[in-house]
Amino acid sequence: MKLHLKGGRVVDPASGRDSVGDVYISDGKIAEEFSRADRVIDAKGLVVTPGLIDLSARLREPGLEYKATLESEMHAAVAGGVTSLACPPDTDPPLDEPGLVDMLRRRAKALMRARVYPIGALTVKLRGEALTEMAELTQAGCVAFSQANVPLADTQVLWRALQYAATFGFPVWLRVEDAWLAKGGVSHDGEVATRLGLPGIPSFAETIALGTLLELVRATGARVHVCRLSTAGAVELIRKAKEERLPISCDVAIHHVHLCDMDLGYFDSQCRLVPPLRSQRDRDALARALAEGVIDCVVSDHTPVDDDGKHLPFDEAEPGATGLELLLPLTLKWGDARKLPLAATLARITSEPARILGVASGRIAHDAPADVAVFDPKAALRVVPEALKSQGKNTPFLGYELGGKVRYTIVAGNVVYEA
Amino acid sequence: MQRNPQLNANGELQHLLSTEGLPREILTQILDTAESFVGVTEREVRKVPLLRGKSVFNLFFESSTRTRTTFEIAAKRLSADVINLNIALSSQSKGESLLDTVANLSAMQADIFVVRHNSAGAPFLIARHVKPHEHVVNAGDGRHAHPTQGLLDLFTIRHYKKDFGKLTVAIVGDILHSRVARSLIHGLTTLGAPEVRVIAPQTLLPAGVEALGVRVFHDMRAGLKDCDVVVMLRLQNERMRGALLPSAQEFNKHYGLTGDKLDLARSDAIVMHPGPMNRGVEIDSTVADGPHSVILPQVTFGIAVRMAVMSIVAGN
Repeated sequence: MKLHLKGGRVVDPASGRDSVGDVYISDGKIAEEFSRADRVIDAKGLVVTPGLIDLSARLREPGLEYKATLESEMHAAVAGGVTSLACPPDTDPPLDEPGLVDMLRRRAKALMRARVYPIGALTVKLRGEALTEMAELTQAGCVAFSQANVPLADTQVLWRALQYAATFGFPVWLRVEDAWLAKGGVSHDGEVATRLGLPGIPSFAETIALGTLLELVRATGARVHVCRLSTAGAVELIRKAKEERLPISCDVAIHHVHLCDMDLGYFDSQCRLVPPLRSQRDRDALARALAEGVIDCVVSDHTPVDDDGKHLPFDEAEPGATGLELLLPLTLKWGDARKLPLAATLARITSEPARILGVASGRIAHDAPADVAVFDPKAALRVVPEALKSQGKNTPFLGYELGGKVRYTIVAGNVVYEA
Repeated sequence: MQRNPQLNANGELQHLLSTEGLPREILTQILDTAESFVGVTEREVRKVPLLRGKSVFNLFFESSTRTRTTFEIAAKRLSADVINLNIALSSQSKGESLLDTVANLSAMQADIFVVRHNSAGAPFLIARHVKPHEHVVNAGDGRHAHPTQGLLDLFTIRHYKKDFGKLTVAIVGDILHSRVARSLIHGLTTLGAPEVRVIAPQTLLPAGVEALGVRVFHDMRAGLKDCDVVVMLRLQNERMRGALLPSAQEFNKHYGLTGDKLDLARSDAIVMHPGPMNRGVEIDSTVADGPHSVILPQVTFGIAVRMAVMSIVAGN
């Protein structure tokens, strides 16, 4: 299949290219110019960019198919222009055995949509006690190891896990939250939680855990990606750690770039997220750090939750929100608000996550995998349940009108989505 | 913009969910209406027909005797039919969801749901899903609010002190877990009390409590100085387990209301307590039964206030 994307605005953050032109695809790769295309797509007025790479999207398989299936979520991914995604290991059972990982990869591959990169469990059953067989899991296709949202309270296990991972060069992706300080909390410990009478999680639950983690990175040399920052304090610790040249990177969930605890309003369970939405000051620090590159990339933290999980009092509601289809428009909104060049904005969801993942996609360059998203920056997406392909229809952004609608998604040279 | 979920399109009280964000006029309307009902409870025939033919469902997802009983008495004095449901023991334990329970009861023609729930915000969730002619009255949700208790406290204060404009009010004890404290604080600040103090150790104060418009004291003696009103909160025994306090005795020593500490307040100060009291923990018997105590009148006023709330929401 030879594809010719004609006359679009080609934005390739990796090279800095932002110009109107053509993109040629052949044999699943970005190719040199050719004359005889099997299909010509008129991209006039559209933006042609590397397919999005989302470092955190829950597909709910195996085990949680009543919330979402691989089929529905892979459809959501490509509808959102996402061509590669990493899925956390908190499935049921968790991704702690090569067989499970292998099955997930096969199932995903058979669907011929986005590329799926499983993140293996760092500890058996995510219990935080025994290490998983990381080498085996890596062979089965795991790209990194993580505890997802399950705390690893035992710092000795954490230390050993980092030592072991560092020995073989396996990346470790961790969310930072002190399990004891966060115990029982459902919201940011601040004025809003005080007013609403919700049990809070103090900001220092994050900074203390991050301080511990950074010390262990210094001690072990492990390559660590810090997931879902939520506080201004953590941003500063990361900034200093990067100045120190520690081998770390980090991300933030798109919700936390736009929302804060004030958005809880009258106990809106759509805003029940992990980590909790924090103060305006935190939100602004995260949005700024993402622009400065202190935070490397932004993720959807896609977590399909059904209505039964959300039509509950705030503290009982299931945390999480759908996000695969909103990552692009919400990232564009963030970039617009900060007046960033489009290439800089898109870098946070293409070339930067590609670098962290260590994959060749995420750029439009000769011989790179032909994973491409083509979107209309002027068309608006109205966020209503019917518009979402994901089985999870719940998000704090319901009712928003967001600019940036995906027209074509191409994975390995195949058009897997068009609208 | 999301409308205040307690008010209808005309800005009238549709549900009573929290004292926070209610206009001063509505608070005053409730207190004035309650005033007119105090007489009813003292008459020989203690009934008025305002809610005749209406059904009040007491929906208690968390057990309570006192609050449920006072709501029941209040509804009966308004001539309503009262149905008590102790959900803690029934459908929820069978796995029925909160909204399913409410939908089922709604099908039985309810007019007012009086809701107590251990999760903050549960009455807001219910209020969003009931039919337009149905009303929700929050009888306590988690740590968030207990508006009828707050209103009866306001009523008691107004009864004895007339005007909020010059008052210094101290609320003492477990502010962190107290929905009573939150509801009273919002009411007092709305009605113009110039100084509201909270007195507690750091472990029993929520983050950023000053933002509620209160002054924080850790030293009870300093905090009680020249107070017109002293509100003592109940200290739950389980607080000793969460490493919040070492012992009831030590709490009593520093934050229990004794006669000599009360002497620091104004000579005409009143002492309140939402009950049930732990004598010898947060309050000494000499004070609880002493001349400054208005703890029993609070209970009586509570019925009039709940009558007022139910008659007002049902009329809107």
